[in-house]
Amino acid sequence: MADAARDPQQDDTGLLELEDGEDLFPEPGPGPALEESGPASLTTEDLSTNANGPKQASLFDDDPDDLFAEATEEVSLDSPDRDVLLSDGPSPAITPMTPPTSVITPRIGHAHDDMFTHSSFDEIEEEDGGDSFDIHISVSDPEKVGDGMNAYMAYKVTTKTSMSLFKLREFSVRRRFSDFLGLHSKLASKYLHIGYIVPPAPEKSIVGMTKVKVGKEDQSSNEFVEKRRSALERYLMRTVKHPILLKDPDVLQFLESSELPRAVSTQALSSAGLLRMVNKAADAVNKMTIKMNESDAWFEEKQQHFENLDVQLRKLHASVESLVLHRKELSMNMASFAKSAAMLGNSEDHTALSRALSQLAEVEEKIDQLQQDQANADFYFLSELLGDYVRLITAVKGVFDQRMKTWQKWQDSQMMLQKKREAEAKLQFNNKPDKLQQAKDEIKEEIEELEMKVQQGERDFEQISKTIRKEVGRFEKERVKDFKSTVIQYLETLLQTQQQMIKYWEAFLPEAKAIS
Amino acid sequence: PIRSVSVDLNNDASLLIDIPDALCERDKVKFTVHTKTTLSSFQKPEFSVPRQHEDFIWLHDTLVETEDYAGLIIPPAPPKPDFEGPREKMHKLGEGEATMTKEEYTKMKQELEAEYLAVFKKTVQVHEIFLQRLSSHPILNKDRNFQIFLEYDQDLSVRRKNAKEMFGGFFKNMVKSADEVLISGVKEVDDFFEQEKTFLLDYYSKIKDSTAKAEKMTRSHKNIADDYIRISATLNITMSFVSLQKVEGRVASDQELKLTELLRYYMRDIQAAKDLLYRRARALADYENSNKALDKARLKSKDIPQAEEHQQQCLQKFDKLSESGKKELTSFKGRRVVAFRKNLIEMAELEIKHAKVRSSIQLYYICFIMCTNELQYAWGICKILCEQI
Repeated sequence: MADAARDPQQDDTGLLELEDGEDLFPEPGPGPALEESGPASLTTEDLSTNANGPKQASLFDDDPDDLFAEATEEVSLDSPDRDVLLSDGPSPAITPMTPPTSVITPRIGHAHDDMFTHSSFDEIEEEDGGDSFDIHISVSDPEKVGDGMNAYMAYKVTTKTSMSLFKLREFSVRRRFSDFLGLHSKLASKYLHIGYIVPPAPEKSIVGMTKVKVGKEDQSSNEFVEKRRSALERYLMRTVKHPILLKDPDVLQFLESSELPRAVSTQALSSAGLLRMVNKAADAVNKMTIKMNESDAWFEEKQQHFENLDVQLRKLHASVESLVLHRKELSMNMASFAKSAAMLGNSEDHTALSRALSQLAEVEEKIDQLQQDQANADFYFLSELLGDYVRLITAVKGVFDQRMKTWQKWQDSQMMLQKKREAEAKLQFNNKPDKLQQAKDEIKEEIEELEMKVQQGERDFEQISKTIRKEVGRFEKERVKDFKSTVIQYLETLLQTQQQMIKYWEAFLPEAKAIS
Repeated sequence: PIRSVSVDLNNDASLLIDIPDALCERDKVKFTVHTKTTLSSFQKPEFSVPRQHEDFIWLHDTLVETEDYAGLIIPPAPPKPDFEGPREKMHKLGEGEATMTKEEYTKMKQELEAEYLAVFKKTVQVHEIFLQRLSSHPILNKDRNFQIFLEYDQDLSVRRKNAKEMFGGFFKNMVKSADEVLISGVKEVDDFFEQEKTFLLDYYSKIKDSTAKAEKMTRSHKNIADDYIRISATLNITMSFVSLQKVEGRVASDQELKLTELLRYYMRDIQAAKDLLYRRARALADYENSNKALDKARLKSKDIPQAEEHQQQCLQKFDKLSESGKKELTSFKGRRVVAFRKNLIEMAELEIKHAKVRSSIQLYYICFIMCTNELQYAWGICKILCEQI
């Protein structure tokens, strides 16, 4: 392997052409040679001279609708993580890294402290008040409170932070699901209409919760609780990652105060809930009838972009759900085969072969377990992430709709003003001179009010447009980060599965060879 | 290339048979059967003939029907070429073309074509093994019909029709379930056969079950591979030499398929061994009946010489079957153990190799995603890792 690094000229696959004396993978020792040679000698020009290069280089297209495009973080050559990455190789793919600590219940938004996180990825936001973003929230310890249909799950919400915004560095409270919904509802009513992308709360599930209430302690209700716990955690992390929302008093109260007034209006079948549904429907109708003259190409472009992203994500989500299902099926089939192979081994009268078949059965059973774990990873990493983003994109689209509504309001005011002015002009031809002055005064007042309204409307529209631009920029950066880190975590689970599989088969091989 | 589920069959230079190519026309597969021989019984030292699947079945059936071979394990007939699976999928793909991106469609089409090719290769292999089993059997390789099959340069369909008329598929149409009853019911006189009977009946049911479960596993793997194709198509991953699908791996095409093939082949082989036991059991029943008939004849003092002769014939036949059967079953066991060993080793080695490849590719992806600006580094890492394999 070191030989390969030293002889880049023997490049029969034509992948990469390096200059003479370039050592891409220095021996572990006094620092990587890369820092000295600098980036100049390994520019993309080298790749483009290579017939195979650019085609293969288009792994992630520069397609603006590509899930991984949009943000290109600069990773400095001196970054310590880079050194770790390069000088820790090149070892065989077998033992490259410490596997992630947990495969079964991975946590997104968890401070990812294995060697594959670039610290530079975190220092993106300009920080207000000089407080660097350092807050970590975990949702844990689901506990059933009460009995029967009035029962509910209470979760422990723990915040760890060094930010001056909070009174303590570490504290926890107990919250129930409707509290989370209440928080979202408040934030949405405060911030949505001025153009902030408020992360949506996890979805209600009447079926899922009923099972839990009724006290079914089976695997599916445990899975449901775990799925919800994880979703609530992701929801809170996304909310606090928003620099404005983080400072909102409702958010602070939610995280800090031990008692929270019960949010009644979030009940699924309450009158408030129904009212919300009706409003949503009305909004949908309105959206269709607003025909906005888009003067700003940026908005048109972005809206199209999010439309495409929406389609792409939904498709992906469906494929991943199918993957999870098939992997669970595989696991079942493997377990079933393992049992059958064990029986075959018992039936076999040749001793060594019988033993080998039993061993085969054991290997298949172990791999079945691996596949189950992998299915969980498929689900928690990919499927849930995609589901989150399908909902997030809906929130983003909602914000664009708010801008349209704001525009509409402004236009309506302008139209009203226009009408009043026309009415004012017509007044001149009113032939009741004593009433004329009074009418004139009235209309003048109305016109002044409307003029202010129009100005306000214009200001609002400009403000929301500005806010949305910023929000979209922040959202896209965050999205790429999120996807990158999640996909990496997912790939790590795949990698770990493979490593294990290698171990199992390598242990089996001598058993097969021992058959005589 | 790893070809046979059996041991190396084609290594006796006096008669070498292979199927170097085959043509697929709609439902029909035309195999080119190529023979190289030093035996004088053949007209030429080297020759090829075209054959259809039905010709193989004809050959198998005539061997089964031949009395002289009653004491032999007749190699199982190759199964009919079955392209139904990939064909149906291709049809569904065509129907769904409008709903998928060009990317996805192309990838899935490629995948299906590979599947089709795999089925094709498998059916060629299975037909080839059948012939090679015959050529390596000291008695069967001298069979006249076998020679005709190899040599006769005209269409065999006329002969096939005649054979059907002659036998009317008599033997095969007999109720197969009678096998089990007869084999279990007959009072066994020989320890060896008693053990074999118990073993084979039990083993057959177990291996049949394992084969079915292995097939299910293979299907699940295929489904997962298809999911990854869709996912990678949606993500626009357009790498030419590695795809996200390989991250999961085409396991179904190699390792598990090998295991499934092994199990399926030996399931059929054990059925053939059971058929031998059946024929012997029938011969034993005939012998016992002839004894009873002889006793009756002596009682009635009528037709005694005929009865005696009949009894002698039955005994001779039974003894011949027993002697031959013992040899066959013993070598069968040896053959089976060797084949399992070979295939299990190969399977484990493939699993390890492919897991290593997948590890490298996954590691590559991790590096790549992390360094999307720093393409050249990711390439370098990948290159080094791929050389590990």
